[in-house]
Amino acid sequence: MAAPTTPAEIGGIGHSVQRKEDARLIEGQGNFLDDIDLPSTLHMAILRSPLAHARINGIDSEAAMALDGVLAVVTGDLMDQHGLAWMPTLSGDTQAVLATDKVRYQGQEVAAVIATDPYIATDALELIEVDYEDLPPITTPQQSLEEGAALIRDEKEGQTDNLAYTWETGDKGATEEAFAQADRVVTLETHYPRSHPAPLETCGIVADVNSVTGQATIYMTSQAPHAHRTLFAMVAGLPEQNIRIVSPDIGGGFGNKVPIYPGYVVATAASLLIGQPVKWVESRTENLISTGFARDYYMKGELAVTDEGRILGLRVNMLSDQGAFYSDAQPTQFRAGLFHVVTGSYDFPAAHIDCKGAFTNKAPGGVAYRCSFRITEASYLIERLVQNAAYEVGIDPAEMRLRNFIQPEQFPYETATGFVYDSGDYPTALRTALDEVGYEDLRREQAEARAEGRLIGIGIAHFTEAVGAGPSRTYDIAGLKMIDSAELRVHPTGKAILKLGVKTQGQGHETTFAQIVAEVLGIPAIDIKVEHGDTDHTPYGLGTYASRSTPVGGAATAVVARKLADKSKKIAAHLLEAADEDIELASGVFSVAGSPDRSVTIQDVALAAYTNLPEGMEYGLEDVTYYDPPNLTYPYGSYIVVVEVDPDTGVWQVQRMVALDDCGVRINPMIVEGQICGGLTEGFAMSAMQWITFDEDGNCIGANFMDYLVPTAWETPKFELLATEVPSPHHPIGAKGVGESATVGSPAAFVNAVIDAVAHLGVRNIDMPVLPDRVWAAIDEAS
Amino acid sequence: MEVNITINGSEHASDVEPRTLLVDHIRRTVGLTGTHVGCDTTSCGACTVLMDGKPVKACTVLAAQADGSEVTTVEGLKGADGLHPVQQAFTDDHGLQCGFCTPGMMLVGASLIAENPDPSDDDVRWAISGNLCRCTGYINIVKAIRTAAARVAESSNGS
Repeated sequence: MAAPTTPAEIGGIGHSVQRKEDARLIEGQGNFLDDIDLPSTLHMAILRSPLAHARINGIDSEAAMALDGVLAVVTGDLMDQHGLAWMPTLSGDTQAVLATDKVRYQGQEVAAVIATDPYIATDALELIEVDYEDLPPITTPQQSLEEGAALIRDEKEGQTDNLAYTWETGDKGATEEAFAQADRVVTLETHYPRSHPAPLETCGIVADVNSVTGQATIYMTSQAPHAHRTLFAMVAGLPEQNIRIVSPDIGGGFGNKVPIYPGYVVATAASLLIGQPVKWVESRTENLISTGFARDYYMKGELAVTDEGRILGLRVNMLSDQGAFYSDAQPTQFRAGLFHVVTGSYDFPAAHIDCKGAFTNKAPGGVAYRCSFRITEASYLIERLVQNAAYEVGIDPAEMRLRNFIQPEQFPYETATGFVYDSGDYPTALRTALDEVGYEDLRREQAEARAEGRLIGIGIAHFTEAVGAGPSRTYDIAGLKMIDSAELRVHPTGKAILKLGVKTQGQGHETTFAQIVAEVLGIPAIDIKVEHGDTDHTPYGLGTYASRSTPVGGAATAVVARKLADKSKKIAAHLLEAADEDIELASGVFSVAGSPDRSVTIQDVALAAYTNLPEGMEYGLEDVTYYDPPNLTYPYGSYIVVVEVDPDTGVWQVQRMVALDDCGVRINPMIVEGQICGGLTEGFAMSAMQWITFDEDGNCIGANFMDYLVPTAWETPKFELLATEVPSPHHPIGAKGVGESATVGSPAAFVNAVIDAVAHLGVRNIDMPVLPDRVWAAIDEAS
Repeated sequence: MEVNITINGSEHASDVEPRTLLVDHIRRTVGLTGTHVGCDTTSCGACTVLMDGKPVKACTVLAAQADGSEVTTVEGLKGADGLHPVQQAFTDDHGLQCGFCTPGMMLVGASLIAENPDPSDDDVRWAISGNLCRCTGYINIVKAIRTAAARVAESSNGS
């Protein structure tokens, strides 16, 4: 790790500065969505479909309306009168706001009650009678694409089957050629199951529309407040200058708070019609059954390899379960996100990917759950395949990777699917992790244990992510280019305020982004206030998801700080009566080259910016930057997991977890490590226990925290963290982003470890989550 | 119905609906919003408060059941001489990220330390196993609670 260049009291890049946001949060003074209590607030509750697929023949809301305290029952017909019964999704589909014709998944929004009290609103739901007519539910994408399957999207013009999209990339011909030259083809068919981000705070809104002025102040659990403002303007037809989105403290997002959900639209419409603020906060069950699921890809990967263990090519066929509406939150031109990164960390010339998505009677969503779009699925598939290939070829899984890695001198490296990786040293990363875990000794112990009938497994994953979307030539969401921004104002006393287009959900932006400014200008990080989340007071940006805050917003911050450094040098030259080009800036001190005793501080310069300027210069010390990244960034890591599997029960325990991450330059090592520990835990969760399933009638199993198992402190393994630091060559401070690396990389490491424990029996796949009964069944079947 | 609950040392007499949950009473009637709601099945622990010194999940206690009891919420952790050691350790050890689970975690930690001045890693993990965190992976939460315990022990040994 590079040593920090600023002293601790300035707290620039590389210092583990304590978080500024903690002060309010540890004293219960955070301001989360449900804490917002405006005068005369009304409360909304949503009636949801108990059935997965049914026609609505009628809704009787008379009894609900008669309940004391109920102001309105909103139905799809009422929304339709305002042209708001349907809304566009982020993937170019339309989604029902409140159902008018039929319900297409369990938990779908059917009606909403607006009442003076949340208890009354919930009481009133019980009084609404809906006349449903059962239709056959379709619960798998395979069923959905069968001939004669019931048409889920019968309202959609031109839709004659349940196909949501098709997508293809790579070179089919070159890939076929590679496979023709292979000594063997290694195949893996596996399902990356449906999961849910389940941030501890659910989604919610307080819509406050002033019917006289037309001003709409919308408090919302939003990871992307600016994009949401524009989408609100487009969907609801509200003038954008009258919309102010305020995203307050957010209790975790992980992708769940990227889409616009029907509840937001209904609450806003209700506030507009009634003229009072309307609050809606999801219950946990509503959160899990209706908003923002992730994954659900059925993947078949084939790897063409030689007997020496060289990879020649990769072929992937996938089918994704989209639920009832295609509403993936992803860049518009990307039908299956950035799945291109499935070529992983390896140097081979040919790949081809063919993907289809199908509508089913399940909740829509398709969010990137703590990962860049579809990166976890891609990373998981290649890392599972490479391990299986090692078994088939008969070489060690670590050696298999070392033989196929992209070498450090090959960067920038263009992959077979056209991504250009920016930088990396994969062999050093893997070797460092192998040394730390004591790999050779472990392999020996594994062999000895096997002789005693004990099952030890060692799983490796060496992942490469593609984050920080993205360059404007390729990346947009609903036409909005995926740039991001920073505005920096230095006040006369030398203190500053930094305003961001991105928005924290716990990542610590208020600290780390101040550190970037501290690094460049030498203003102590503690003197820099970071403002974000309020669209009236921050410059435009596409928000925080896909690990894009540091790659895009962080870059904007460095660039705007450098703009102010340039102006500051001119002011310093004026104060020091020296030539502009002779001024040097280090840790907030401007000195004259060759005469270090002639100096002024950034605080002197800040005051002069408002009091004593060189002739012709404009007053003030502030600027704004919109950053259009030239490329994505490509963080990577080497993870090694050691497990012991109980052959009699299939229960597995993690014995070691060594995680080496290279996210380029680390702004705040403490925060980076915190992000990694959190991500590793979510990766462990998906590999071990966390999934959303449905029964054959389309009932969601996993609708609460008793059925949807997220790990507690008791199950969560302990982690040993390592780092290397290969900067991104195109990012202004060399940083790559880290919030999602561990969620992306670790599931394959955990699953590979369990497979490795039973691989000698011939087991090559156990689908996630790797539940004990599945492990037991795999052992039983193999032996 | 009339309930009388002492919250963070102040008496609050209120007329509540019998079905009112303690967490809603604390948040909406008394106006202390540091206690959070993260689920509806008593699973997540974001609503944890201390009732007569013991951690309870305030989403599963009726305000009526708390009648006559002393309740401590996160707003009551700080003492006259500054932050509670658990609060200080949470920020020192980076034991929080989004901060939503933090009040519950800190209250469980404070209660654990009061009972067990030298908790092991497993003691802490077991104590907080009724509280979910989706950000941190728990490592730094466990570390913070143990740091706080060590500091409390050190200061009581020193005095």
